Order: sequence, then structure tokens, then C-alpha cells
Amino acid sequence: MKPIDFRTNPESYHHWRLEIDADVARLIMDVSENDGLFSGYELKLNSYDLGVDIELYDAIQRLRFEHPEIKVVILESGKDQVFCAGANIRMLASANHVHKVNFCKFTNETRNAMEDATEHSGQVYITAIKGTCAGGGYELALATGYIILADDGSSSVALPEVPLLAVLPGTGGLTRITDKRKVRRDLADVFCTTEEGIKGQRAKDWRLVDEIVPLSQFDDCVSAKTRQLCDNRSDSSDQQGITLNPIGREISDSGITYSTLHIAVDRNNKVATFIIDGPTDYADLSLESLNQSGDQFWLLCLTRELDDAILHLRLNEPELGTLVFKSMGSIAAVAHYDAFIQNNLDNHLVREMVLYWKRTMKRLDLTSRSLITLIEQGSCFAGFLAELVFGADRAYMLEGQHEDDEREPAALKISQSNFDLFPMSNGISRLETRFHSDTERLKPVQKTIGLALEAEQCETLGLVTFIYDDMDWDEEIRIFLEERASFSPDSMVGLEANLRFSGPETMETKIFGRLTAWQNWIFQRPNAVGEDGALKRYGTGKKGVFDPQRV
Amino acid sequence: MSIDKISYDTLIPNNVNLSSDRRVLKALEQWHPQYIDWWKTMGPDGFQDAEVYLRTAISVETKGWAKFGYVKMPDYRWGILLAPQEEGRKIPFGEHKGEDVWQEVPGEYRAMLRRLLVIQGDTEPASVEQQRFLGATAPSLYDLRNVFQVNVEEGRHLWAMVYLLQKYFGRDGREEAHELLRRRSGDKDAPRMLGAFNEETPDWLSFFMFAFFTDRDGKMQLESLAQSGFDPLARTCRFMLTEEAHHMFVGESGVGRIIQRTCETMQQAGIDDPFDTEKIRQLSVIDLPTIQKKANLHYSLSLDLFGSEVSTNAANFYNASLKGRFKETKLTDDHRLDNTTYPVLKLVNGALTMVDEPALTALNMRLRDDYVDDCARGIRRWNKIVANNGVEFEFKLPHTGFNRQIGQFANVDISPQGEILKPNDWQIARNNFLPSTDDGEFIALLMRQETRRGKFAEWIAPPKSGVDNQAGDFEYVRLS
Repeated sequence: MKPIDFRTNPESYHHWRLEIDADVARLIMDVSENDGLFSGYELKLNSYDLGVDIELYDAIQRLRFEHPEIKVVILESGKDQVFCAGANIRMLASANHVHKVNFCKFTNETRNAMEDATEHSGQVYITAIKGTCAGGGYELALATGYIILADDGSSSVALPEVPLLAVLPGTGGLTRITDKRKVRRDLADVFCTTEEGIKGQRAKDWRLVDEIVPLSQFDDCVSAKTRQLCDNRSDSSDQQGITLNPIGREISDSGITYSTLHIAVDRNNKVATFIIDGPTDYADLSLESLNQSGDQFWLLCLTRELDDAILHLRLNEPELGTLVFKSMGSIAAVAHYDAFIQNNLDNHLVREMVLYWKRTMKRLDLTSRSLITLIEQGSCFAGFLAELVFGADRAYMLEGQHEDDEREPAALKISQSNFDLFPMSNGISRLETRFHSDTERLKPVQKTIGLALEAEQCETLGLVTFIYDDMDWDEEIRIFLEERASFSPDSMVGLEANLRFSGPETMETKIFGRLTAWQNWIFQRPNAVGEDGALKRYGTGKKGVFDPQRV
Repeated sequence: MSIDKISYDTLIPNNVNLSSDRRVLKALEQWHPQYIDWWKTMGPDGFQDAEVYLRTAISVETKGWAKFGYVKMPDYRWGILLAPQEEGRKIPFGEHKGEDVWQEVPGEYRAMLRRLLVIQGDTEPASVEQQRFLGATAPSLYDLRNVFQVNVEEGRHLWAMVYLLQKYFGRDGREEAHELLRRRSGDKDAPRMLGAFNEETPDWLSFFMFAFFTDRDGKMQLESLAQSGFDPLARTCRFMLTEEAHHMFVGESGVGRIIQRTCETMQQAGIDDPFDTEKIRQLSVIDLPTIQKKANLHYSLSLDLFGSEVSTNAANFYNASLKGRFKETKLTDDHRLDNTTYPVLKLVNGALTMVDEPALTALNMRLRDDYVDDCARGIRRWNKIVANNGVEFEFKLPHTGFNRQIGQFANVDISPQGEILKPNDWQIARNNFLPSTDDGEFIALLMRQETRRGKFAEWIAPPKSGVDNQAGDFEYVRLS
């Protein structure tokens, strides 16, 4: 089967139109029925599948990098009578469990990216709803900062998953109506069990939307709101966007090659080894050279390639259960890159790179594979790159030198950026999460900022799991990887997901930890996916048959 | 270099090419002083400077593998010796049956294998610790030398397990190797892992019984591990078995010589009734019923070492192709045990009943059955000594449910004859089944050191022939 490709651009979109008008962008959803990612279903009524969401993700990314002048993004429908009917049911009913889970995860991440842009990039997303806005369609609206609903007696918002399909509004729906929109829980209960949804004044009263507007005034009202939001934002017209050119990659049996990243695949042990090709010098690191390099700037290049690689492996290589991260390059150079971004956070492009690295690290946290980082001679885990060490399920570090390797012993460098710039979905840094916000353990780590830490120090500080010398290294790593491959993939996923996200709950952790887990459980249950289950029977005219037992 | 030849180019004799394996060499050289320290504090008490006539392995071939000579025990050349590698050996059982044997540890089974090695390894130094005070009451130089021979070989078996741990299990393995020296028999804080290895060995009859019964459990375990799909373990155990045979000889012949002495003394004194304990004991020999009680004790303790009759662990070890059955390759079945059963003796509604259990989970029971057969052969030889001396007495193995702490019969009192007793009846009859305090005190009275050349304590007969065909008055141990 052809691999699912996450690389696209507005010229190739099937389902969206991106219209730019000065500081306002319109993202118009106009799904092409016959351009589904797989055969066997039609994307009627602006329903979506993964392909539709891949384009949405691309658009959000481009707006940030290519159009810093944009202050408001309006999400609207290109079809009459319908805003969006949500995820395509026939697609869901026919997809295997692995695909369903990955699809939901990616759509969740994309909605989070809209909130991230609203909060951190000065691009506010708002939704203008005319017609039916149901299920995943309303969840899309929930991810924006402001919802305007046409008060025309028929336009409505709905979360009909429970009554219609016996599953949950799992793309953040249940979490956002309570935690974000503060809908009262009993009203939320009514809303989520009412198939036809809620419209008009009641939708506003229940806080499901921010504003209801008569049809005749709808466009004016959206414009007025847009202007108001734009005026509240600082002027960013002097900021230059860059072009995100297509990512080049070569896929072969033995791996994937990008420009700053190579992934070696070992199917026997089900391991994908990421080898990051770090910078070797930093002589002309400046805002000028950054603007000149554009998307070829090493850090941006690496982030895009890493992001693409993670998504590719998630969807196309479900059996590669262990991701091993290695890096090669000058640790001093990476430390300079890290200092450079810290010193230039007011620059649009630098800020976007930092935010993108943050999101990519989060995507990795949320990837249900074992994450292992190896710190060896010649590796360059410093600052932002060291997030791969702190975010790993285990990190191993070589103590001393290999017998036939004259290079300096392996080192690791911590930076202030590891504390400030890359919070996990729980809202705190990986280091803080690692040490459970225990200042007794964090303080000594903070004191080492900027130092090249060797293995023994790293072990003492608790930054790595184990250190091995030259004589043990190969064998220990081999045995560990083999052992990892022998465990049940399900139990590994569960174990890792539970251990990774200690610390505070946020809306994001609730979405990925709670809502998703319940949804994935329901996705396995006969009441939804059995032969007589509601999801399978949808569209046949027959109701689902339920096992009456409460579990 | 021939693989069978032992290399002395390092401090540690070996046939595993240690000099080119700097990782293991370094680990072993760090462990070595700890081991010597352990030997000096926990090894034979009071004889560290004595020169002992010991055999040392010089080859791993069945013929001519050892040479004899005087050596001070701390200078004994412990080493790493594996039986020769069989070309093209295939895994003989379990899920991986028919595949090439593993020369490296499969990551999947790392934890399981390590556990097996640690449990086996823990027993080796334990017996040395248990037996460390026996020298003070040795009945002869011959016997003194024998216990030391057993001790140094148990020490070498510890080396064998430590080598595997250090060679194949990295840092974890080194830590376990260290722990093997830290745990001590009977220690309050860090005892040995298995119950029987925390019991003291108070006298020589106990030592011989231990060597007969408990070392035989060791033999069965080694036989099963010698089948392992992990080839280095299989080869190690095959070589250990050549040494283990001697330990059982010491046990069986030691008890045999005591029986011989008792019977001939009874004959000379004209005592016909073997149960006339008082009279017999006045002659400073150990009466046969007391020997039977000692056998009852050590046999039942040793049966506990086989673990629960029905065991998931045993099934896992077998299915993973790590631990086979006794004489696995001689058995004719599918060597997978997917759908077969094995009869297991169980307590069902208060009655002893054979129940068919899935053969995989009944592997402990099966190995124990093989062990019982093996013990029975030794018992028959003891009975021949009794009969040849014209005494009417028969040694018997007690019922497998007798005096058990582990498995099906842990919570039920069963007599040596196999009757289920009420707790009260057990209490009353206990001293007929197991050695009493009085028995122990009597034996203790007999235990006096005899170190004159060619002399033996009055309660034990001399051996038929000497070690390495030496004459009867040979000076097996030169005391300093």
C-alpha cells in the first residue's frame, strides 16, 4: 500500500481553500467527496478523514511561518447548509483500530496547534458556523477562540456521537466543553445525548457558542469581530514570512534519509534509529543568516524532518516499536544555536521555531513507541536537543571512551531553555516533570547550566538512566533492545504513557490521557464495533444492539 | 589453541580465552579478591594454611581431567571451565526446539536466565558456609580432605555461575556476582535464597547426608540446565556434573561406612536388635534408626528444593528452552509438551490422589520423581551393606509428603509411611521420624577430631581404597 504522506501544500489541497486578505486569513472547508484517503467511503457533508486533516495541519503551519502578518484566522464552510459533519463514519467503521487511534491522535494534535497559535503566535482562530456543525465539526470549533453561530432556526452545534454511534466526542469535545467553555456538567450531559444538537439562544445560554447572529447580519458580524480582534493585536506587518518548501526524503528498505536526519530501520528488533546530523560550526549564526537560510536553517530543517518522520512512522510503520535517538555533531555548536534562539525570542521566525520544536517534542511524548536516547562520543545533545534525553523513556550514556575512539567522552549540556521554552502537555518542562517539581533535585541540575556534563555527573544528577563503559555498552544496549521488543506492545504503550506524564493535569493531558483512553476502550467494545454495534450498523437503518452490562 | 586446553596465561585458569576478553577479565579480576576474602572468612575454619591433597581440573575431557597435589586452599586454582562446544548443537526442547543453540543471551530471556543463574549460583557458596566448622571434628585426614575437596569444587561452581553472570549480563550480572558473596548461609539480614541452604551442618553424619541428598538435587538441577538452549550455560553445567559426581560419592560412601561400622560393631558385641539403641550407643557407634531419621530429615528438606509440584515458573523456563528435563535428549516425545499431561500427587479432599496436570506445569514434579528414583538406588546399596553384615534392618525413603514445607503437602502432617496424621499424633510421633535433641547430643558426643595418619574415629569404617590410590596412612592433609 502507498504510504500516507503528510507533506502537502496549498496548491495541492483537495479540501480546503486558504484565502489571505491583509491581516485576516480565511480557512474554508470544502471537502471533496471523492478524494478520501482510502476507497470505500464518500466524504459527504464536509465530513473528514485523515487526508482532510493533513491539509488543515499544513495550512496552520504555513500561516505561522509564511504569514506572520495574519492576526485572525476565520474557519468557515464552503458548502451551504452544513458547516462540518465531523469525522466520516464509514471511514471510522471500516478503519482498523491502529488507524483509528492514530487518526484521532493527529486530529487532536492539530486542534491543539490551533490553540497554540492563538495563544502564542498572535494568530487568533475563530469559527463562523452556518448550517449543521456536528461531532468532529463542533470539536474543531471548540479548538478556536471564538464561536459565532447563525441564528437561523436551523444552524446548530451538536455532539451526537453517543446517541448516534455509541462512541465519544473524542477529539477534545468532552474536555473542551467543560474545561474550556465551562459548560455546566448536567447541561453538557443533555447536550451530548441530544442527537440533533442545540441551536439559537439556548446554544448561547449554555455557553456552547459565544455569539448568535441573524443570518442577514452574519457576514458583517464576523467582519466586525475580526476587526476588533485585529485591532487588539500589535502590529506585525513588518515581519517577514518565509516559504516552507517541500521536505525532501528518500525511503528505502533500510531506512529514511532526510537532509539533517537519517533513520535506520531494524525490522528484526523492531527498532527505528534516528541519527540527527547536528551542526559542526556556528560562525555565522545571526538573524541575517537565519533570514537568508529560511526553511534551510538547520534547526527548522531538523524540526520539520523530525515531525514528518514521527508522523510517517506512526501511520506507516506500526511495528517499529522502539525509537532510538542518536545525534552527531558539535555540542558547542548546538549550544550556540540554543543561545541564539534564547537571545532572539522577539524575532518572529525564531519564536515560531521554538514553538514548533516544543510541539514536535510533545508529538514525540504522545507517540506510543518506546523512546530511547543514546548519548555517545560525538553526540551533541545540548539545550533544545537535550529534550530528547529528558523526554526519553530511558537514556543511556557512554562512560569514558571507546577503546578505538579518540574523541572526547560523551557529554550533555543543559540550558535555561530546558526549563523555560519547551513545556510538555502537562504545562511544565521535561526536567521538572522528570524530578516531579522537587526543587531539591532540580536545583543541582540548574546549577550545571552551560557545563559539559560527563556520564558520571549525569548519572548522579539523574539526567540519564544508566551509564556504561566501552566494555559493556554494545552488549547492554543490544540486550535491552531485544528485551524491549519481547514485551507486549500494548503493555509498553500503557506503561510508557502512564510514566511519561507525571505532574499537573491540563486540558491537553486530560484529552490525551483520559478522553482518548476511554475512547480507545470504547473503540474495542462490541457495543460500538461488533457486527451489531452502533458504529458498524450506522447507515443501515438498524439501531445498534447493546450488551446491557455496565462495566 | 585447542578449546579443551586450559589456559594459565591469566591468574584464572580457563578454557574460554579469557585473556582476549578484557571486559570479563577485568570484572573477574575485580571479583577475585572479594572471593578470596569470602573464602578466608567463610571457608573452612582453621585450615586456611594447611596443605591439602586436592585434585585440580586441568582439562575438560572426561578422561584425565584432573591432577592431584598438595595445595593451600586459598591458593587453589579456581577457574572457568566449560565442556567442549558441540558443533551444530540444536535446542532440544521448548518453543525454540530445533533452532541453533544461542551463544548470546536473547534479550527476551535475559531476566529469566539471570534468575536461574542466581538461584543456582547461590547454592554453591552456601554449602561451603554450612560446612565450615566440620574440620574441628573430622573423623580422619581422609574425610577432612574429602570435605575440603567438596568445598573447593563448590567454590569453583560459584566461579562458573559468576563467569556466566559477568560475561553475559553486564552491570546487572556484576552486581549479582557481588550479591552471591554478600548473602550468607543462616544470616539474619541476608540469608541464602533457599531454605535447605540456611540449615546448619552440625555433624559429619549431616554432612554425608547433605552430600547424598542435597547435592543430588544439585545434580538434577544441573542435568536440566545442561540441556539449555543457552549453550554457555549447558556447557558449564555439563562440566560441573563431572565434579558433582564426586560429592555424591563422598556422601553415599560416608553414610555407607558409618552403617558398616555400626553393623560390624553390633555383630562383634552380639547385638541382634538394631532398635536396641541404648546398648548400641554404648559402643560409640550410631544406631541404624538414628541414621534413618537423619535420612528422613535431609531427604524431605531436599525435596523442598524442587519447588511446587505444579509451577508456572518451571513451565516458563521449559517453554523458553532455558531449562529442560532430566536426560531430555534420551526422552522420546515431542519435547514441547503442548498437549500432554503428567500425574501429580495431590491432596484432594483430604486424600492423597494422583491428578493429571498439564505436563508443562508439572515439570518440577517430574524432576522430583527422577530424583526419588536416583535416591532409591543409593538406598539399595546401603541396604546391601546391612544385609552383608547379617543385620535385619532396611533403610527406606520416606513418603514424598513427609515433613514438607513447600508444595502440596506444606500444611499437612504425613508420616514417613504416607499416612495423614492429626497434628497431635504428629507431635507425639515426631521424634520417631526425625532426629531429636537427644539424638543430636549423642552424635555430637562422638564428633571428636582424629588427625593421626591412617586413623579413623570409632564410629566410621575406613574407606575401601584411598584417594588417587594412595595407601591407608597417606597424609591427606598436612596440618601447619
